[in-house]
Amino acid sequence: MTYRIGVGAGFGDDRMDPAERLVADGELDALGFECLAERTIALAHAAMATGRKPGYDPRILRRLRGVLPSATAQGMKILTNAGAADPIGAARAARTLADELGVPDVVVAAVTGDDVLAQLSPDSEIAGTDQCLRDLGDRVLSANAYLGADGLVAALESGANVVIAGRVSDSALFAAPILHHYGWSLDDWGRVADCVLVGHLLECGGQLSGGYFADGDRKQVPGLATLGFPFADVELNGSATYSKVVGTGGLISHETVLEQLLYEVDDPRRYLTPDVVLDMSHATIEQLAEDTVSVSGARSAGRPDQLKVSVGVRDGFLSVAEIMYVGTGSLRRARLAAEIVTERWSVVHGRDPQEVRVDFVGHNAGRAWYQPEHEPPEVGLRFALRTFDKTVARLLVEETGALYTNGPFGGGGVTSRIRETVGLVSTFIDRDAVNSKMEIIR
Amino acid sequence: MTNVTLRDIAHARAGDKGDNSIILVAPYGSEDLTTVAAALDVTAVASHFDMPVENVTVTIHPTLRAATVVLRGRLQGGVTRSLTIDPHGKTLAAHLLELPLSASSCKGAPLPDRS
Repeated sequence: MTYRIGVGAGFGDDRMDPAERLVADGELDALGFECLAERTIALAHAAMATGRKPGYDPRILRRLRGVLPSATAQGMKILTNAGAADPIGAARAARTLADELGVPDVVVAAVTGDDVLAQLSPDSEIAGTDQCLRDLGDRVLSANAYLGADGLVAALESGANVVIAGRVSDSALFAAPILHHYGWSLDDWGRVADCVLVGHLLECGGQLSGGYFADGDRKQVPGLATLGFPFADVELNGSATYSKVVGTGGLISHETVLEQLLYEVDDPRRYLTPDVVLDMSHATIEQLAEDTVSVSGARSAGRPDQLKVSVGVRDGFLSVAEIMYVGTGSLRRARLAAEIVTERWSVVHGRDPQEVRVDFVGHNAGRAWYQPEHEPPEVGLRFALRTFDKTVARLLVEETGALYTNGPFGGGGVTSRIRETVGLVSTFIDRDAVNSKMEIIR
Repeated sequence: MTNVTLRDIAHARAGDKGDNSIILVAPYGSEDLTTVAAALDVTAVASHFDMPVENVTVTIHPTLRAATVVLRGRLQGGVTRSLTIDPHGKTLAAHLLELPLSASSCKGAPLPDRS
């Protein structure tokens, strides 16, 4: 008997319908929704601080609405990190939703303990810098430690079938139900490595099953409009086979699995997670059949003594404004417009023009060092600026708009946006200083 | 052979960690990892990205038949700080695949020695 776990979302903005298809036809034992990018939790703290928005990702309620009755009837476990800055608030909302949907026997749990802002020393060093937290003063907004699977496993042991956490490692959402099902200990690092590898491969949703892979040429993927999200059949020996619901779009191949395995890992021999340092350098990927690939050979390289902490820092306003030029000489006109704005930035506004970034979209905006041989047929001129002064952010938008009647011939399609931003820095905290807590919400 | 690039023999996907871009490169099924490894000469990669060579690392994974390219500082602040149009550097994978294959790398050089 294998244990089957699927992924219903690989990031907060992910599609809604693939999870519904997985729950309807995937015969899953468990489903994970990974909805919390590193910076999202800091933004959630900022949103909650305004009092106008919830501290959790409200889209999780839409996701649950589509799957909860069927999943509950099948005895499926659902885990998510969409609780963000407020897992208890999200769990209460999920509890209310379950009652509304007529599935009152759902047991909802919240996992907390990741918020370490109060216990973090001002002397904590900021990774990769000479600074410590004290140097950031009142800009510090949030500090969340990456929890492992322990709180999630505790929730499942208490009978929860919906578990809502905040900052847990992405892989833990998937490792926890496997560990719980097989009764493997978190101290059995070899087993934990197997489970974390499953989580690592599933955590980005459709990226394992053909999403973010196609080039329309040599890399052909059928049915991307109905991309099926993957699931893993985990064996008692820790190996796993990845597949998707028959009839859904997408592709699971040696290549799609290899890309997902390694693409955001700088050292595959030492991939740091809270539960284990994963060594995937000896992993074996084997295509067993169409859209069916097995992966085995995860190893443990120990367990970290410290947990990473994501610290959200107020970072002012990001202002971006664009204007479009089309046809012969469009790059020349875009450059002229850029010169006009940067000259006015210093001569009229008395500011440093170096603070304004200029890019030529369609020419080399993705790689400013690159000089194409041919002139582009059209160019989007893009200005970007970061500032703590909102009037300066607005100034960039105003100067770009004024190019309509004061700039070069033929500019059009001005767009702009200003948003408040939260930067992220990292520090570390002793794992013994962090305690996952679990609470059943009634 | 003219204008032969890495794209002809390999596929790639980019990720990010802080200010670093991490790019997975793997040969297509029938292609040779040795050829890919030779093309990913660290000086050539640094030049292709207009970066100091000391900020570029290329690691070959013989068991997995793949390579990892790490470009330190390439994201100009990273996902929360960069003013660029692509703060994650997701598009850099496509730029890497435009890396020219030189005559020597097409012949295939020995695999770098590593465990």
